[in-house]
Amino acid sequence: MSNPAPNLAPNPASAVARSALSGQLPANTTNPLVLGIETSCDETGIGIVRGNQLLANVISSSMDEHARYGGVVPEVAARAHLEAMQPALEQALAEAGVELSELDAIAVTSGPGLAGALMVGVAAAKALSVATGKPLYAVNHLVGHVGADVLRDDGTEIELPTIALLVSGGHTSLLLVRDLVSDVELLGETIDDAAGEAFDKVARLLGLPYPGGPQIDRVAIGGNPKAIRFPRGLTHAKDVDRHRYDFSFSGLKTSVARWVEREQDAGTDFSIADVAASFREAVVDVLLTKAVAACVDRGVPRLLLGGGVVANARVRELAAERCAEAGIELRIPPLSLCTDNGAMIAALGAQLIMARKEPSTLGFSADSTLPVTRIQA
Amino acid sequence: MLLAIDTSAGTSVAIVDAQGVVRAEHNSSDTRKHAEVVGDFIRGCLTDAECAVTDLTGVVAGMGPGPFTGLRVGIVAARAFAFGAGLPLLPVVTHDALALGETEPIVVATDARRKELYWSTYEGSDAAGLPVRVAGPALAPAAELAASVPNFEHFHLRDSQPVHASNLARLAFLLREHHRPFAGEEALYLRSPDVTLSAGPKRVTA
Ligand SMILES: [Zn+2]
Repeated sequence: MSNPAPNLAPNPASAVARSALSGQLPANTTNPLVLGIETSCDETGIGIVRGNQLLANVISSSMDEHARYGGVVPEVAARAHLEAMQPALEQALAEAGVELSELDAIAVTSGPGLAGALMVGVAAAKALSVATGKPLYAVNHLVGHVGADVLRDDGTEIELPTIALLVSGGHTSLLLVRDLVSDVELLGETIDDAAGEAFDKVARLLGLPYPGGPQIDRVAIGGNPKAIRFPRGLTHAKDVDRHRYDFSFSGLKTSVARWVEREQDAGTDFSIADVAASFREAVVDVLLTKAVAACVDRGVPRLLLGGGVVANARVRELAAERCAEAGIELRIPPLSLCTDNGAMIAALGAQLIMARKEPSTLGFSADSTLPVTRIQA
Repeated sequence: MLLAIDTSAGTSVAIVDAQGVVRAEHNSSDTRKHAEVVGDFIRGCLTDAECAVTDLTGVVAGMGPGPFTGLRVGIVAARAFAFGAGLPLLPVVTHDALALGETEPIVVATDARRKELYWSTYEGSDAAGLPVRVAGPALAPAAELAASVPNFEHFHLRDSQPVHASNLARLAFLLREHHRPFAGEEALYLRSPDVTLSAGPKRVTA
């Protein structure tokens, strides 16, 4: 056996690497230049911000690769992150017109999300941080969605506290945000499927391709949202005590399947537009009923939307209606910042730096269930 | 000096100088903590070796074979480090590093989980001291290794052993010195993603 065990060179106790220090607050804490890395689901997102100003937002999505499976396949997503990482980094730096050496810090999503996908971003961010000597901030994906709002260029600043409703294929969460960098409370979340998943599954049983949200939107045109009364999960009196702000969409999906099967078995020529519109109405109704209830209960007249499902026209429409009725100010970041992206992670990193929070230590893990109360890992 | 990173089994990070002296190496056999420890290991190696990033001349990536969740952590770390430091990336086949220095015919077999093994066969080393791979890397059921490896009787079976990143660096130095090609850019998962395409939505009513 000639494979040698390594013999280590002497190691002076005082040895300090001349680079690779990342334990200190960046020098620029007023308007920091931050690169953000996001890999929690199927988008490899690299964003660059200077303070609250968006400089680049590059998104490489593996959505097309998932289409044939009808939903996000974690291993397919993680493999795509590995291949997309460096090209996305290069493209973001080029778009922002900055060099790596100019960065004040790097931020990365450490959770929540798909474990194998998160690990790719976390490992890349750590290696990049040591190679460049830039401090590293490990941040919470969900709070990042809220942080995206600081990047809107209309000059209006996000007012706090706010209720935030974050809806995507991976999460459905209702938060009370009192302070972006120090005080976020989870009010409720889905106890089974995410809302985006429900769209995908119902699209599938209607024979529509993935992703389901835009497809349901398309076929719902001209449909009657009141044609079929599908159930609103966790809105019965008996659920309200324990699950006032929680969501459940798996029963709704089953109910749609049952309805469609019954009609098909009977040979009825039913309207897909009515099914799509009625299903969508059930999802959107329960999302906004609970979000508005949270605003009213907590005396917070502000609602912020985030997550890919915000791209759904009916979500935005009903949100505007319900908020106007209840005297609630509605904020929706630009759509390119609602879907998963690296710019929101960079923005939250910049907020942490401007609040003079110290960088994360290098030993943090990819945490698929990171709670929202942990804004920085 | 080269920095080498491998997460095909546990996590191993090393810095080796041009004379082949291991200046630092950090190892963990934990197969679930790659992303957690890789940053500290890289920084720890730089510190132990009293090495600045600018003292390095390349970053060696162990491309596997290895189980996928862990394997790509080291690859993406090596790519990101090389990109961040402006250094060339030097991909190597991890099994080749395990066969480095062998003079007799051997089978390298490493754990692929799910009762399977990754294997490669080598006909000793060539004049440059580089392992001569005959077949593999490939995947076989652990119980059927002998039947899966061509000419199995000819080779001595090596126990799967811990991967030392320092051996990846030594291998990379030899490849560079003798102008031999490095491995390809693709991760050697040797397995397709676990996906079964369903025939369509299942009925919920009987
Ligand atoms: Zn998200």
